[in-house]
Amino acid sequence: MSAYRSVREFDWLMLVLSSAICALGVLQIFSATHDTHYSDAWWKQVIWILAGFVAMWITTLIDYHTLLGQVPILYGLSVTTLIATYVLGMSAFGSRRWIGTTSYHLQVSEFVKLVVVLLVARYMTELKTEQFELIDLLKLGGLVAVPTALVMLQPDLGTALTYLPILVGGIFLAGMRWQYAAAIMVVVALVMPVAYFVVLKDYQRSRVISFLDPSQDPKGSGYQVIQSKIAVGAGALWGRGVTKGTQTQGRFLPVPHKDFIFSAFAEEHGFVGVIVVLGLYFLLLMQIVQNAQTAPDRAGMYICMGIATLLLFHVLVNVGMVVGRMPVTGIPLPLMSSGGSNVLAIFMMLGLVNNVRLRRFVN
Amino acid sequence: MKLHADREEHRLSANGLLRDDTKFASGKIAFFQYAAVGVFLFLITGFWELQVRNPELYQERAMQNSIKAIPVLAPRGKILDRDGRVIVDNHSSFSLFLSRENLKMEHLKPIAEGLNIDYDSLVARVKRFQSRGAPQYQPIAIKEELTPAELAFVDSHKDADTFPELEVIRVQHRLYPRDGLAAHAIGYVGEISEAELNTPEFARFHQGDVIGKDGIEREYNDLLMGVDGQRRVEVDSFGNERGVLAEDKEAIPGKSLQLTIDLDLQAVAELTMENRRGAVVALDPRSGEVLAMVSRPAFDPNLFAGRIRSKDWKDLIDNPDHPLMNRAIQAQQAPGSTFKPIMALAGLETGAIDDNFHVSCGGGGTFYGRYFHCWSKHGSIELHRGLAQSCDTYFYNVGNRLGIDRIAQYAEMVGYGHKTGIDLPHEADGLVPSSRWKIRNFRERWYPAETISVSIGQGATTVTPLQMAAAIGGMAIGGVWNQPHLVREGARLIPARHAELNQENIKKVILGMYGVVNEPGGTGVRAHLVGVNVAGKTGTAQLASNEVLKGTKIGQTMKDNAWFVGFAPMESPEIVVATLFEGGQHGQLAAPIVRDVLKAYFDKKQRLGQLPREQIASLPAPLPSQLLRPTAAPRGSGAPNP
Repeated sequence: MSAYRSVREFDWLMLVLSSAICALGVLQIFSATHDTHYSDAWWKQVIWILAGFVAMWITTLIDYHTLLGQVPILYGLSVTTLIATYVLGMSAFGSRRWIGTTSYHLQVSEFVKLVVVLLVARYMTELKTEQFELIDLLKLGGLVAVPTALVMLQPDLGTALTYLPILVGGIFLAGMRWQYAAAIMVVVALVMPVAYFVVLKDYQRSRVISFLDPSQDPKGSGYQVIQSKIAVGAGALWGRGVTKGTQTQGRFLPVPHKDFIFSAFAEEHGFVGVIVVLGLYFLLLMQIVQNAQTAPDRAGMYICMGIATLLLFHVLVNVGMVVGRMPVTGIPLPLMSSGGSNVLAIFMMLGLVNNVRLRRFVN
Repeated sequence: MKLHADREEHRLSANGLLRDDTKFASGKIAFFQYAAVGVFLFLITGFWELQVRNPELYQERAMQNSIKAIPVLAPRGKILDRDGRVIVDNHSSFSLFLSRENLKMEHLKPIAEGLNIDYDSLVARVKRFQSRGAPQYQPIAIKEELTPAELAFVDSHKDADTFPELEVIRVQHRLYPRDGLAAHAIGYVGEISEAELNTPEFARFHQGDVIGKDGIEREYNDLLMGVDGQRRVEVDSFGNERGVLAEDKEAIPGKSLQLTIDLDLQAVAELTMENRRGAVVALDPRSGEVLAMVSRPAFDPNLFAGRIRSKDWKDLIDNPDHPLMNRAIQAQQAPGSTFKPIMALAGLETGAIDDNFHVSCGGGGTFYGRYFHCWSKHGSIELHRGLAQSCDTYFYNVGNRLGIDRIAQYAEMVGYGHKTGIDLPHEADGLVPSSRWKIRNFRERWYPAETISVSIGQGATTVTPLQMAAAIGGMAIGGVWNQPHLVREGARLIPARHAELNQENIKKVILGMYGVVNEPGGTGVRAHLVGVNVAGKTGTAQLASNEVLKGTKIGQTMKDNAWFVGFAPMESPEIVVATLFEGGQHGQLAAPIVRDVLKAYFDKKQRLGQLPREQIASLPAPLPSQLLRPTAAPRGSGAPNP
């Protein structure tokens, strides 16, 4: 096992960027909840962030090669826990995503993201051939499909969907014949309509409909998108000020401290604030990508790129939803949305990236 | 999954091979970077579109979401009696309104069901508002006097996701006296109707406005109504108020209005007419101030205070006694013998008769080939007894000497045949026939025989009770007719009419009217009072078509009207009271009505004459329910209740 060089090699920029995003998130959580009965959400978030720092430190310390060696165990553990969650888990908002006590519960599917990242990284590094063959696709796809299906059953389509870009990103990096890619496209195109009517539940279908035409269902999912767009638009260039957004404060926005935190932020901080935060996210992503480029080995690169892809997907889907350019899927905005599991999981991912970084000069 | 690679990896990474190995992906990583740039640009253009390109649109919609304009309804002014006691008050209650800014037609059905409102009429009502171009902030009242259960329904459904258009507003409702006290003079308020909106008088109002519909409420609507204000509040998605933004327009409450009506007198007058049809008008001839105005049967104006139920309205309209009609100003009836003082005055003033003019009454007389009956045989009779005993034969002769046009001239002088100009809507003119009137309306010349009927207040002559009180009162004070009015200040008064009359002639007529009440054989002795000299005149008037209708079914129900008009004190009249007792059959039966009102007036004067006005104002108002006891005796003997 290699020793890391020194604390100076720690990715301080990444820490600063993520802390800044977290701070803005806490501010927005405070603003969105200060006169509701969620008013303690902001300091709970602070505690989760502090816990996240610790988790990041720990994931930095354990050599990622060791972690990769434990993938079968981690994978087995994930699948077992997901099944247990499905069977025993407590119901929250009509779906079974949580495990634990009422006040501090953990959303298992968030941590499974880490396992999927490690799984893909490990599989890709063990490829014998130059290219990712169809058989690999079936094998790896099958491995990823199991937790994805279990999370979908909870039902939590949004989180389940986040596993797929890790897989797709990995395959893209590994390289695959374009014929296969095309074939997959065709299959997906054929399966989509079937999935729409067979797999999706009513509320999920209505989300798709309302994404395509929000005005059709202004009181359901369309209502959320309309209210979110109103909030964003009302923010204009400079925003309406902290605790001054009527859409946020009047709770016209659904869950303005969780999934729709960015529309609350956009209302109160305006286009300027949006550019700042999106800029922070972009820099964070580029920092992770830079760590991927300097990774000591394929495994490290796959880990970093898997995490980068996952974060990009999160930002795209969540922020896209806020401006009505993505359907409402109910996935949180990394580091900003109130919620402990997500914060912990993201910090652990950043820890993994650091882990890779600290071992880049190892010889 | 195979684990054998683990050790090999380490070895490879140790010799640095794997590090270079990542180079194969550098192009793809670059591609990822470009993709990330693309994603962020895609997102930023989304924000650009909303926040920079057209933020006004969304700011407007955010405002529509969170800003609710709530009308602040101005309470109407109170209506007080001449002593400052409240006749018409307001009480506050909750009304349900639909805010039109976020009204959705498809919500009407569940709202109607939840609140037990007729769906079709609700839809019709909403459409009416929308077609009328009423200002957008003006909400639609859909239910008044909400019960706690209904309030709870509204409270739990007014959130942004359910029915954000529901709005409960505290409103001031009119509270009128019970039992229809002064109902006709005061009138009532109601929501403006479609038909009224199309008339010039009401054109400046808006759909949904509550306006005075009749009586004082209508005549002085602008004064009483006040101006509604508007409040803009910020609400959350549950419809709860988060704060007041601005009192955009403050509500200006209506002004209080002090009437000339004396509640004590009014209450007594109401009692005297209990279970009767007719009217009582009491006024001060020196000023024209109306002290009491009663019309019976009455209605309950409280029925109109909200929106009247159609059944109540139908009952009022279908009632053959026409309770909505203000008989004091709208009943046009033949004055009968109450016309004789005017005949007497005309005769004396024109010189047609003098003190020595005697007539022999043998139960009637023949004029122009037709025999006209007197109600009795008076023998040789002159002016004084002719008035006191109401001899028809005497006045047939007076009329015959005067001729119709001189009769008409004096009738019009005292105010008959045209409106008094009282500050009430829908006053009737009455009718004074003349040769010109005959030609104009019938293209026929006047036959002298027709004059004989007019001489005793029959024929085409009709007057209203108010006209009679004003006419006799003005004559009694020497020939000055003040315009009757109902408010102490602010009435648009036309100057009093003065007539150049010989005061001696007036005195002779008044003495004759004194005889009516105070001398043996007088027809109105039932109006006698101890301690004050009352003068008056009875009238028993046949209905216009009595002759024709005799023997028919309707004819039997059409009994003669009884009139009495009296004033006191005879020497310097302060009050004149006229009463029409429809179907009362004989004027002497109307006399006690006037007596009771006069007695109440003088009792009160004696009781309170020394008290300053402020103390009178603090006296309790007579509650009609308390007063409506079988005994019609006016209050007055007891000490005042402080």
